[in-house]
Amino acid sequence: MAELHVELVAADRSVWSGEATRVIARTPSGDIGIMPGHQPLLTVLESGPVTIRTAGGGDGGTVVAAVHGGFISFADNKLSLLAEIAELSEEIDVERAERALERAKSDADAEAERRAEVRLLAVAGVR
Amino acid sequence: MGAQMRVYKRRIRSVSATKKITKAMEMIAASRVVKAQRQVAASTPYATELTRAVTAVAAGSDIRHPLTTEVERPVRAAVLLITSDRGLAGGYNSNAIKQTEALTNRLTGEGRQVDHYVVGRKGVSYFGFRERPVAESWTGFTDNPTYADAKKVAAPLIDALNRQTSEGGVDEIHIVYTEFHSMMTQTAVDKRLLPIVFDKTAEESAEVFEEARKKEQEYQALYDFEPSADGVLDALLPRYVESRVYNALLQSAASKHAATRRAMKSATDNAEELIKSLTRLANQARQAEITQEISEIVGGANALADASAGSDR
Repeated sequence: MAELHVELVAADRSVWSGEATRVIARTPSGDIGIMPGHQPLLTVLESGPVTIRTAGGGDGGTVVAAVHGGFISFADNKLSLLAEIAELSEEIDVERAERALERAKSDADAEAERRAEVRLLAVAGVR
Repeated sequence: MGAQMRVYKRRIRSVSATKKITKAMEMIAASRVVKAQRQVAASTPYATELTRAVTAVAAGSDIRHPLTTEVERPVRAAVLLITSDRGLAGGYNSNAIKQTEALTNRLTGEGRQVDHYVVGRKGVSYFGFRERPVAESWTGFTDNPTYADAKKVAAPLIDALNRQTSEGGVDEIHIVYTEFHSMMTQTAVDKRLLPIVFDKTAEESAEVFEEARKKEQEYQALYDFEPSADGVLDALLPRYVESRVYNALLQSAASKHAATRRAMKSATDNAEELIKSLTRLANQARQAEITQEISEIVGGANALADASAGSDR
């Protein structure tokens, strides 16, 4: 199966990189699925979970990351996911995210609420 | 103990206390340099990818945008100066300030007004002492900057860029920071952040740029922008400024620690030298004292012997 190279980088570190067969991310106009050989693309990224179907071994695995704002650029079969903040689902502390969600709800802090929601979604997406 | 010697001993004690402090500061700075260097390296992939994205839009669309288009007659420029909060770093701060002054003079000579934005207490007090206006200043994070700090610094800059010059906006953003080359070399540099310069000499970032640009020309206009090229540029602009500011803050922090380490190393070496020469002097004083005592004893004994020889007779 054809593969594309994915680089998921946050502002202060490189989060994940490797080969993938399909990447699904959220843009302002809806979810976008990118497969190998996609047209060169440059898109604004909404905060949301990003699902990466990794290549290799039958169906391959899935990597889910919570991404808070950023860009996707795809060219030359190379996909760059740029995010200010990005966390892999296994790095996310569910309890902490839930607590943050509660707190954001009570403070009516829409931004923090969205961040916490995205984290939980990313964790849910992998299970 | 003689008075002379006591003075030397006291000075040796005080210099060794100073030496201990400078030695400790040297070691702290050395460990921080390594950490700061690692942070610079960790932030590089993001900066590189972002520059690539900017190039893609710049090459793939022909819209006019402050990110890429030069204003014909620039009226005002913003200069962001990055210094540290604390001194004891040799020429680190004064070099950055000197570079800013040179840049300011050049820009004013070209007929531009200059707005200063200052990071770090040293720069703030420089401007404060001379009672020169500062558009905005930040202190407190220069030793260990985070991305949130960079966002805080970049926000008013982007704001000023988006405003009309008649309303106090700026046409250009320059940044002065200290580039980290190695543990031994750091240089204060000024760079134009926006509009983007296609400058070959401005090392790596520009090189990546140039390379990507060449490549881009082959695929020009193939890019699919979402929501639109304009929309993407609007979203890219602040991120680009933030990431460049972040990189500059990190490099400055690394340079500051390296400069501190070097300054403290020479202070330690100096103290060692001083202790050595003071010890020599103290030894000399002790020797002189002993010699004097011996000659006193010998003199006394001789006098006694002379006296008793006289009474024997």
